[in-house]
Parts: sequence; structure tokens; C-alpha cells
Amino acid sequence: MNNGDIGWMLVSTALVLLMTPALGFFYGGMVRSKNALNTMMMSFIALGPVAVVWALLGYSLAFAPGSPVVGSFAFAGLQGVGLQARDTIPHLLFMGFQGTFAIITVALISGAVVERMRFGAYLAFIVLWVLGVYAPVAHWVWGGGFLASAGALDFAGGAVVHVNAAAAALVAALVIGQRKDYARHAMLPHNVPFTLLGAGLLWFGWFGFNAGSALGATPIAALAFINTMLAPAATLTTWMVIDLVRGGRVTAVGAATAIVVGLVVVTPAAGYIGPASALALGALGAVPSYFALILRARTKLDDSLDVVAAHGVGGATGAILTGVFADAAWSGGPNGLLGGNPGQVLIQIYSVLAVLAYSATGTFVILKLVALVLPLRAAGRVEGVGLDVTDHGEEAYTAGDGAILVSPDDPIYSQSSVAAIAFPEGGRS
Amino acid sequence: MKLIVAIVRPEQLSDVLGALFRAEVRGLTISRVQGHGGEIEQVENYRGTTVKMALSEKVRIEIAVSNHFVQPTVDVIIASARTGDVGDGKILVLPIEKIYRIRTGEQDQDAVTPVPAVAAAV
Repeated sequence: MNNGDIGWMLVSTALVLLMTPALGFFYGGMVRSKNALNTMMMSFIALGPVAVVWALLGYSLAFAPGSPVVGSFAFAGLQGVGLQARDTIPHLLFMGFQGTFAIITVALISGAVVERMRFGAYLAFIVLWVLGVYAPVAHWVWGGGFLASAGALDFAGGAVVHVNAAAAALVAALVIGQRKDYARHAMLPHNVPFTLLGAGLLWFGWFGFNAGSALGATPIAALAFINTMLAPAATLTTWMVIDLVRGGRVTAVGAATAIVVGLVVVTPAAGYIGPASALALGALGAVPSYFALILRARTKLDDSLDVVAAHGVGGATGAILTGVFADAAWSGGPNGLLGGNPGQVLIQIYSVLAVLAYSATGTFVILKLVALVLPLRAAGRVEGVGLDVTDHGEEAYTAGDGAILVSPDDPIYSQSSVAAIAFPEGGRS
Repeated sequence: MKLIVAIVRPEQLSDVLGALFRAEVRGLTISRVQGHGGEIEQVENYRGTTVKMALSEKVRIEIAVSNHFVQPTVDVIIASARTGDVGDGKILVLPIEKIYRIRTGEQDQDAVTPVPAVAAAV
């Protein structure tokens, strides 16, 4: 084992964990104020149950030796996952680092279903999804599965994290349906500064996500780190220019989105390409997502916070461009199209399609299973009032006017949601 | 001339505004208010503190209209603000003593008769 590697991976794990609260702010700023807490909680809550099931079973299904399709139960309950070396770091640390990826991936899906999915059904969904979809897909690419054998390049999870979450988001948005006022009323971001804060913290955390995926304090980690700085910079610049040309003004929500898109695009490529290629990849990667966002808003698909356009289109673009720009001179790994290996592009497309197909199917089945037990979406009235009050019994912004203290012996004390006392209209003087 | 004061649910505001504009009602003022109208009191928990919220968020719409516009305006608000649950709000119709349009000094009926906005005024 190597103490430098251990040090960097400890820091990286904490950095990636921070991305999930950051995503909560990124998403939370973009919804209406009556759903601010619910939206942020959809990200924050993944830090609990998803991490628990990851430790108990998910890690084993993803990384224990198994078939090309899925791991095994060998590491269930963390048996055999101790301080012994896995490459140059303790096995337990590797498990934790990978766990932070599982957490952020399920949280990403929530952007497609905010403002109408019931929180209880969401909890059931994310627990089943991390075991049934995330763990096998992680195994395919990083656990020695069939995409690893096929030679697919996915440095930090363009397919495993982003295409995977976006396919799930697409299916979830379709199964759960539009918000009741979608395309009828404008639904504007209630706190753009939150969205900018979230984008900034995501970028910070993403250094752990990408450079940590080198699994050590190595020169490749430095390459991935700098590419994680340069590619989003190029995406942000390109986005800014498109904004200027189309509308004459550079938008803040656009800038926050551009940063995330740039980070998504460089994720699969981070440790495989040179810095000049990272600039080109970031710049090129802005274009498909920019126009996918505009097109999506003209469709009936209420992918509310554009998970598909940012993570699906961005992830697929990044995965394919990895096959174009991969550079053996920098990474010591395989070359891409520009290095005379056009076949790599086909392998990349294959990996995207495989993840897309499985994630979409698995998500559909899991949602239908959950729906047998729990209604997936909030009732129309609840949607009008907002899910903060109905699903959490809290408000994001309240001055406390008219809040009457309830004493512990009051029968309504234990009631945390909906209907307390209904007075008939006019029945109260 | 009457002053129509409507207290409606905030989530119905977009519907109400859309319906008013379609009915050619163009001059109005809104404010965010809180009130109690006998609706269900929401119970909320903040760590050890449990409260019931006696005041609900509402939007107050004020519209000064000429007499023949009163009934159509009221009808439109009722149709667009109604959900059927307790807490849909109230509409009050009050007499107005005098109206002045600040820009021109026009009074009463003339002052609440819409004129086409002139783009050059921007």
C-alpha cells in the first residue's frame, strides 16, 4: 500500500460525498419555493439509505468476483472487505469511494420527477434501483464485467453514472407523468443563487470524482484533475458564446448548467486524454446539450430539471468523444480515433447503448413494482400546495406568522402530515 | 364603479390572471397576504417543536371596474379560482367614491376604461 495514494483517496471520497448536497442546491434552486425542501431532500436523503444498502449488498453485487453481468454475494455485509490492500489502498476505502458514486447517481435521477413524485415512493425506488440497476452496471464497466472485457473506456462514470441516471430519469419522467401545470404555467427557478452555489460545489467535488478515479495519487490523477478544470471551462465559454449569439445576454442558469454539462462530458475521458483534447472535448460537448435543453422544453416530456439533456446527452457525447480523443501518449492506455483506432468509437457507442437499454428497462420494472405498493405521484391538490408541507411537514421559507405551538398532550401532536383539524366553512367565529 | 377584492389561493393565481385577461380585465393589483378561512390547519414539525399553521398563504387581487364589468369579472374569478375545497377564498364587491387616472387626470368611468398601451412609452 502507498500512503500518498491512501491520503488522496480519503480526500477524494469526501469530495465526491459533497457532490450530493451540492446537487441538492443545484436542483433545489431550480424548483418553485413550495418544493424547495422536497427537491433538496431527494438528493440529501440518498446519503442515508443508499449508503447503507451499498455497504450491505450493493458493493458486493458490483465488485465481488462474479459473472460478466453481475458480481456475487461474496462481499455481502462487508465480509472480507477490510484494511487489506486492494491495489495500493485499503479495500474498505475503495468500497467507500465507490459508495459515494452510487449515492450521487441515484440523486441525479430525482431531477426528472421533482415537484410531483411522492417522497415515500421515491425512497423505495432509490433503494431498489441502486441494487437492481446501479450495482450491475458498475460491475459491467469497473467490476470486470462484459463492457470492461469489450474494452470500453469509462474513466469516472460517463456511462455508469450519467447515461445510467439519465436513462432512469427519462423512464421515470414518462411513467410518473407531467406536473399538472406543465406547459400551461411558467414554472421558474425560485433561487438561482442556490443553483450557482450547487454548480460551484459540484465542480469542487468533481475533482475527487474524476481525479479520484485514478485510485491513487498518481500522474494520471493529475491529468484527470487538470482535464476536470479545463473541459468545463471550455464548455462554459462555448455556452456563453451560444447564449450571446442567440439572445445577446449570458444567463446565470445557463452558466450553472454549462459547468455541469462540461463536467459530465469530461467524466468518461478524464484520465484518457490530453489537456488540449480536454479543451476541444469540453467545447464540442456544450453544443448537443445546449440544443437538447431547448428541444426538450418544446416536447411533452416533463424531465423537469433536464437530467436527460445534461447527463444523458452530455454523458453519451463524452463517452463517444473519449473514443475519439483517447491518447496513449498521455494515458499509457489505448488510443482513440485520432490515434488511429477508430474501433474505439464503436466500443464506446456499444457501452452507451448497453447501459441505456438496461437502465431504462430496469427502471421501468422497479417503478411498476413500487407502484403496486405505493402510489408514485402526489394528488393534484398536494401538487398545488407543494410537497414541502405535505410530504415533510416543513416549509423552506416561513416567517412563522400564525404558527400555534402544539403541546405534547394535544391529540394532533403526533400527526406530522396533512389534515389536522378541518373546520367547516364559516363554522368558526 | 366598484372595487372588486378577491382573496384566492396562490396556486390558482396563474389561472385567475389568465382568465381575467381573456375577459378583457386589464387593470389590477395583487398582494401576497396570509389569512384564515376555516381551512385545514397544517401541522408542521421542526425538531422538537410542533406547530399548527393557523394562517394560510393567499393572494389578494384588487380590481376597479365600471358597473357593467362587475358581474363578468366576478364570474371569471369564481370559475378560475375554485377547487371545491375549503380555503378557495372570497370575493368582496365595494362601492368606490372616486377614481383618478394619474397619467391623464381622467376621472371615474374614464379612468378605468382601458386605453391601448403605447409602445413608445417604454
